[in-house]
Amino acid sequence: MPVNGVSTVTEGVADSKAAVVIDSVTKRFGSVHALRGLTAHIHYGRLTGLVGPDGAGKTTLLRILTGLLVPDSGRVTVAGFDVVDDNDAIHVATGYMPQRFGLYEDLSVMENMRLYAQLRGMDAARNAGLFAELLDFTRLGPFTGRLAGKLSGGMKQKLGLACALMARPAVLLLDEPSVGVDPVSRRDLWRMVQALTDEGMAVVWSTAYLDEAERCDSVLLLNDGQLAYDGPPGELTARLEDRSFRLEEVGERRRAILAEALNLASIGDGVIQGAGVRVTLRADARAEEIQALADRTRARLAAVPPRFEDAFIDLLGGGPGGTSPLAERLPPVELASDIAVSCRNLTKRFGTFTATDNVSFDVRKGEIFGLLGPNGAGKSTTFKMLCGLLKPSHGEAHVVGLDLRRATGAAKAQLGYMAQKFSLYGLLSVRQNLEFSAGVYGLEGATRRVRIEEMIDTFRLAPWLSAAPNSLPLGFKQRLALACAVMHRPPVLFLDEPTSGVDPITRREFWTHINGLARKGVTVLVTTHFMDEAEYCDRVAMLYRARLIALDTPDALKRGAAAPPLADPTMEDAFIHLVESADLTDSNHGERAA
Amino acid sequence: MSRLRAQFVKEVLSILRDPRSRMVVFVPPLLQLLVFAFAATLEVRNVDIAVHDQDTGRSSHELVTRLDSAAFIREVHHVTSSRELRDLIDRGKVIAALDIPADFSRAIAAGRSGEVQVLVDGRRSNSGQITVGYLSTIAADVGAEVSSDTVPAAPVVVRNWFNPNLTYRWFIVPGLSGILALFSALLITSLSIARERELGTFDQLLVSPTSTPEIIISKSLPALAIGTGLGLLMMGAAVGLFRIPFSGSFWLLLASLMLFILSVVGIGLMISAISATQQQAILGAFSIGVPAVLMSGFATPVENMPTLLQWLAQAIPLTHFLIIVEGSFLKAMSPGDILASLWPLALIALVSLTMATLFVRGRLQ
Repeated sequence: MPVNGVSTVTEGVADSKAAVVIDSVTKRFGSVHALRGLTAHIHYGRLTGLVGPDGAGKTTLLRILTGLLVPDSGRVTVAGFDVVDDNDAIHVATGYMPQRFGLYEDLSVMENMRLYAQLRGMDAARNAGLFAELLDFTRLGPFTGRLAGKLSGGMKQKLGLACALMARPAVLLLDEPSVGVDPVSRRDLWRMVQALTDEGMAVVWSTAYLDEAERCDSVLLLNDGQLAYDGPPGELTARLEDRSFRLEEVGERRRAILAEALNLASIGDGVIQGAGVRVTLRADARAEEIQALADRTRARLAAVPPRFEDAFIDLLGGGPGGTSPLAERLPPVELASDIAVSCRNLTKRFGTFTATDNVSFDVRKGEIFGLLGPNGAGKSTTFKMLCGLLKPSHGEAHVVGLDLRRATGAAKAQLGYMAQKFSLYGLLSVRQNLEFSAGVYGLEGATRRVRIEEMIDTFRLAPWLSAAPNSLPLGFKQRLALACAVMHRPPVLFLDEPTSGVDPITRREFWTHINGLARKGVTVLVTTHFMDEAEYCDRVAMLYRARLIALDTPDALKRGAAAPPLADPTMEDAFIHLVESADLTDSNHGERAA
Repeated sequence: MSRLRAQFVKEVLSILRDPRSRMVVFVPPLLQLLVFAFAATLEVRNVDIAVHDQDTGRSSHELVTRLDSAAFIREVHHVTSSRELRDLIDRGKVIAALDIPADFSRAIAAGRSGEVQVLVDGRRSNSGQITVGYLSTIAADVGAEVSSDTVPAAPVVVRNWFNPNLTYRWFIVPGLSGILALFSALLITSLSIARERELGTFDQLLVSPTSTPEIIISKSLPALAIGTGLGLLMMGAAVGLFRIPFSGSFWLLLASLMLFILSVVGIGLMISAISATQQQAILGAFSIGVPAVLMSGFATPVENMPTLLQWLAQAIPLTHFLIIVEGSFLKAMSPGDILASLWPLALIALVSLTMATLFVRGRLQ
C-alpha cells in the first residue's frame, strides 16, 4: 500500500504497483545529512526528474536505489525487490548510468558493448540483433570501431546508455546524463528516454538544470536532503501563474532596473533576459510596485508564462536583493583604453588536436562578455590564453593593451581571475587564504585589513574563518573564490564557470555582484554552460568545436533562431540552431573539397 | 615584499599541515636516529657459544672461565661430544663452537702454542668473523698469561688516522646529515609546485602580480630552513649522542650545508615544475635522489667508478658536501680545502636555481 501523505498519483487510475517505493529514507555521511526522511513513489512508463542543486542528495538517493548504498533508516523497494534484502535481484532489475559511466577508453564502441553484455552473462547468439537495435537507437552505428576514449562527451553518454540498457531493465536510473553533453546530443538523449518510457520502463533522470525538469512527466525536487516538491512540474509552475512579468526592451538600463526591482518588497526574484528584465512577484503580492517602476522607467510590463526555476526560487522563499555591497564600495573604474580585452586569430593546438581555432574578438570596457559553449568547445583554453596562462600557437591576446605573458606584476594586478576548478589552498584556513590573496596582490597595512574585512562582510564568511576551505558548502567555496579574485579591485575580471554546480539562489547572488561590478565599469569575461545565464551578458561569443560560430547580443542570437515553429526561442534553441548550421557548412565544405 | 611574505607564510603552513610533507620532514630523521642509536652496529653482542672441552687441564679450565665471563657472550653451552657441537651450530643455537683437544694444557705447559679448533656458523659470516676475532684475543691472553715468558713477536701495527678505532658510526653519521638534508629538501620542493598544480592554485599564482623569481624564492626558503634544521639536528646528535669528535669550523660547515641545500632545492623545483601530479614528483625525486646517493661516494669511493661516472659525480651536490662534512668532523679540514669543495656547490646551486626558474616559466606553453 502507498505510504500515507504521499500523493504522487495524479492520473485517474492509481497504479498500485509503483516501480520504486521510497519510505522515510535517511542517510548520513559523518555529520552531513545527505537525505532527511525522504518518502516518494516512482512509476512505470513515466520519466521522473530527480531535480535539485549539487549536494541536494540526488546521487545518494540513486545509489541507494541501485543497492550500492544502504540507507541508515527507512525502506526502499525497486521493481518489487527490497534494495537491502534482495540486493542481487536489484542489479538485474535496474540499469544504472553513473555520472561518469565506466567505459573502457582503450576499447572500441563495439568491444565495450560486448564486454558489458558478457558481464551481464548474456547469450552471445542473441547479441547481434540486440546490438544492432541499440546502435540504431543511439545512432552510434557509424562509430562502432572508434575507441571509447575518442568519443565526444555526448557520444560517450549515449554509449553508456546503450550499455546500461543491455539487460532490458525495468527501472533505468540516470545520474546527471546531460552534464558535459552538447545541446544536440542532449536532445538525442531526451528522444531516447522518451521512447523507453513509452515502452513502459520507469526512467529516473537526475539533473541540476532546472529547465530540464519541465520536460519530465513527474518531478522529485530535492533541496538539502529533503523533498521540496513531488508531482508534475506543471503543477508547481502553475502556482506562479499571473506572477511572472517582463519589463520589455529596457536595453542599457536593464541592470539598474533589475537592481531596483529586486529591492522592491513585492518582488521575490528577477533575472535579466536579453534586453528585458524578468521578475516574479512574491506569493500574495500585488503588481502595483513593479507597475510603478515600469511607468517611471517608461518600460512596457508584459505578463509571461512562469518557468520551473521561478517556482523553485519561490518555494525556497525568493532570491537575494538587488544591491551588491561589493560593488557599492567600489569606486568607478577608469581604464586608459575603451577596449579592455582583445584577441586576434587566437589558435591553440595540442599535438594534432586544435583546442581553439582562429578566434578573434574585442571586449569593451564595462561589458559583460560571455563565452558560451558545451564542454570541450575550447572556452577554458581561450580563457587561459587571454590570462597569459597558456601560450597561443598562433595569434595574440591582450588585456588592457598588454600581453599578460610578458607583463609586469603591476599590469597583472589589473586582472582578477577565478578558475573553473575550485582552486584555493585547502591546507590554509579561510582567513589565511584571504590574507594570502591580499598579500600576493600587494595590499598592505590598513588597506589590507579593511579589504579583508570588506570581503568577510560582503560574502558573509565570518562563521567560517578558521575552517578549511574544502569543508565549506559549495556556495561558500565559490563566494570565497570570488572574494579572493576581486579583493584587489581589478578593472578586468575573468570568471571561468563561476556558477557551475551552485544552487540557483547563490547563482542569483553572484549575478547581482557581477551586474553591480559592471555598472561601476568593471569589464567581466565569463564562461558558462548554463544557457540561460548567457542572457545576463551584453554580448555572447558562442564556441563550438574550437571555433567561434557566433558573436552577438543574446537577443540577436535568439532572433536568428526564430522560425515558424519557434516564436520565442530560448538561448538553447539559438545555440542548437547555430551548431546545426555550423555542421551544415562543414559538411558542404567537405563535399566541395571531395 | 608583502607578496613574498604572503607566499612564504603560505608555503610554511602548507608544509606543516600537509600530512605527506610532514611525514617527509619529521619521520626520516627520527627513524635514522633510532636506527643508528640502537640497531645499526657492526659490533657483536649477546651471542651463544658452545664448548667441547676434551682436556680439562689448567689452561683449558682458564679458557672456559674467561669465556664464561666474556661480556659479548650470553651463554656458554658445555657439550660432551663433537656431534652435539655440530648439532648446535646446525640448528643456529650458537654462532661459534670451540673444540679443545686433549693435549691443549700439555702443549701450553710445554711452551708450545696450544691449538683450539673453532667452528663458525658461515651463514652469519660477518658476525662470525668478528666473533672469531674476539675469541682469538681471549685465547691469546690465556696462552700469554700461562706462559708469560714467551712474548709474541709484534706483527705490523696498523694505525688508523682520524678514526683510530675505525668506529663505524664516526664514518656514517656525519654523511647521514647530508643525505637526510638532501632527501627532505628534495621532497619538500618537488612536492611544492606539483601540489599547487593539482589544487589549481598554481594558475591563480601565475595570473597574480607575483614574478617567477618570487615564486622560486618563496618555495626555496622553507625548504632551506627545514633542510638546514635537519642537517644541524643530525650533526648535533653526532656530537652529543654518538660522541663523534668535531674538529672543523662550525660556521664554514653551516655555510656549506646551506649552499648544498640550495643546490638541491633547485633540482627539486625543476622536478616539480615538470611534474603534473604529486605522485610524479615523488617518483621523480626518488629516481634522482637514490642514484645521487649511490654515486656520491657515501657507499663506495668515487675514485673506484668509471671515469665517465666520476665526472657525473662531480655534478652531484652530495659528493662535495660529503667531503666537507666528513672532513669537518674527523680531520679538522682547513678552510682552503673546504673552499675547494665549496665553489662547485655554489656553481651547482646557481645553475639548478636558474634552470628551475626557466622551467617554471617554460611551463606556460
